[in-house]
Amino acid sequence: MIKNGFIMNNETQTKVGPPLWLLAELTYDCPLHCPYCSNPTELGDTKDELNTEQWLDVLTQARAMGAVQLGFSGGEPLLRKDLEEMVKHSRELGFYTNLITSGIGLTEKRIAKLKVAGLDHIQISFQGADPEMNDIIAGRGNAFEQKFKMAQSVKAQGYPMVLNFVISKQNISQVEDIMRLSCQLNADYVELATAQYYGWAYDNRDHLLPSQQQLIDAEKIVNEFRDKQQGKGPQFIFVTPDYFEDRPKACMNGWGSTFLTIAPDGSALPCHSAKMLPLKFPNVKDKSISDIWQQDFSFNRFRGDSWMPQPCQSCDEKEKDFGGCRCQAFMMTGDMDKTDPVCSKSPDHHLIQQAIERAKHPKSPLLERVNKRSIKDADIVQIKL
Amino acid sequence: MINQSVPPSLNAMFRLQWEQAQECYVLLFPEGMVKLNGGAGEIMQLVDGKNKISDIINTLNKKFPDAGDLTDDVHEFLIAAYDKKWLYYE
Repeated sequence: MIKNGFIMNNETQTKVGPPLWLLAELTYDCPLHCPYCSNPTELGDTKDELNTEQWLDVLTQARAMGAVQLGFSGGEPLLRKDLEEMVKHSRELGFYTNLITSGIGLTEKRIAKLKVAGLDHIQISFQGADPEMNDIIAGRGNAFEQKFKMAQSVKAQGYPMVLNFVISKQNISQVEDIMRLSCQLNADYVELATAQYYGWAYDNRDHLLPSQQQLIDAEKIVNEFRDKQQGKGPQFIFVTPDYFEDRPKACMNGWGSTFLTIAPDGSALPCHSAKMLPLKFPNVKDKSISDIWQQDFSFNRFRGDSWMPQPCQSCDEKEKDFGGCRCQAFMMTGDMDKTDPVCSKSPDHHLIQQAIERAKHPKSPLLERVNKRSIKDADIVQIKL
Repeated sequence: MINQSVPPSLNAMFRLQWEQAQECYVLLFPEGMVKLNGGAGEIMQLVDGKNKISDIINTLNKKFPDAGDLTDDVHEFLIAAYDKKWLYYE
């Protein structure tokens, strides 16, 4: 998840600025089974993951190009036993290091070890405001209790802490309780982020996408709660789904402008969902980060505006939203070059309206995120909520 | 707010660092970054929990003798920086 108004420079497309934000997806393996997960539904094989040495080299190269924010993500990055080594290396290079974790696999001791290694910040995801809701979405018993304890320890050990709640139809009625929980845990920032519909979440969209009324109600609760805070306690960031907007999001701050994701197998991507697109993406095992960022066809593919179709091409807002999300255009229209259907000017905007309608009466079952290769006897587990 | 008697300190949520690639000082915080312009970077470097505001002004006036008296600029910036919770007085 990318959030928190990352302040960027206004580099023009003639000179490509550095990949300021590096997302290191260390593994797709995860102890949780959240149906809103934006990881690809084909999770790949852990034996193809980059090894320690390869990751350290990626970090060194990216830092030399000017990358400064670094997210260790996944899957669950704590599953990598070499995480501390990577944190130490990154911090020595001058990165600001963010650990984006489910909290499963954390211990007080590991929080302390990561602190010694130089970790700057820990973000913990929650799935709900109480054990019942949290654990049914996460698909794992006692997950809430573990997250709660670890969040307390993260703060006790002096880290800045962000809590991330992915909001969906399943838990949106808990928004106020979620905000109270965040205050109780003394979080610094709290993301109330409505699910974005990629990967598993796209397949589960009908079960996740709240109604417009639910969102209006939730936003009202958030605003009233904020007013009562009087500048104290966590800073809450409420992210509404773009499906209810008239204009698309400025996805990734523009393709290949700021964000670089390295997937567990070393694929270099302009965003963590891009692998679904019919483009051949380079791999850090074959090419330097600099070559990838500056020269690779896939990274140049949607830079600037010459690729844009109408209505984007003649739109006076094209430099604000860059035509929206390429993955969303591809998933919904089958054509990655089209205007993001979220835009009310898009000829495909009716697809968004249809999705909103369909979500009122889900027909297909909810799918839990599972690694198909990691299970032998069971089929995809289906749960009812 | 501004406090003349207590030295301002950098909020632990932020890290100040020079970024060669961007040729400026930046404030780093969870998943975000603020780019500081030249003047803001000069002031923030001196926010260390030891320098009082008068020390910061003196240092900068000496460092930039041609810039005229910087008192108002420093005050204006420190008020904004306090509102943004980049620094505190304790």
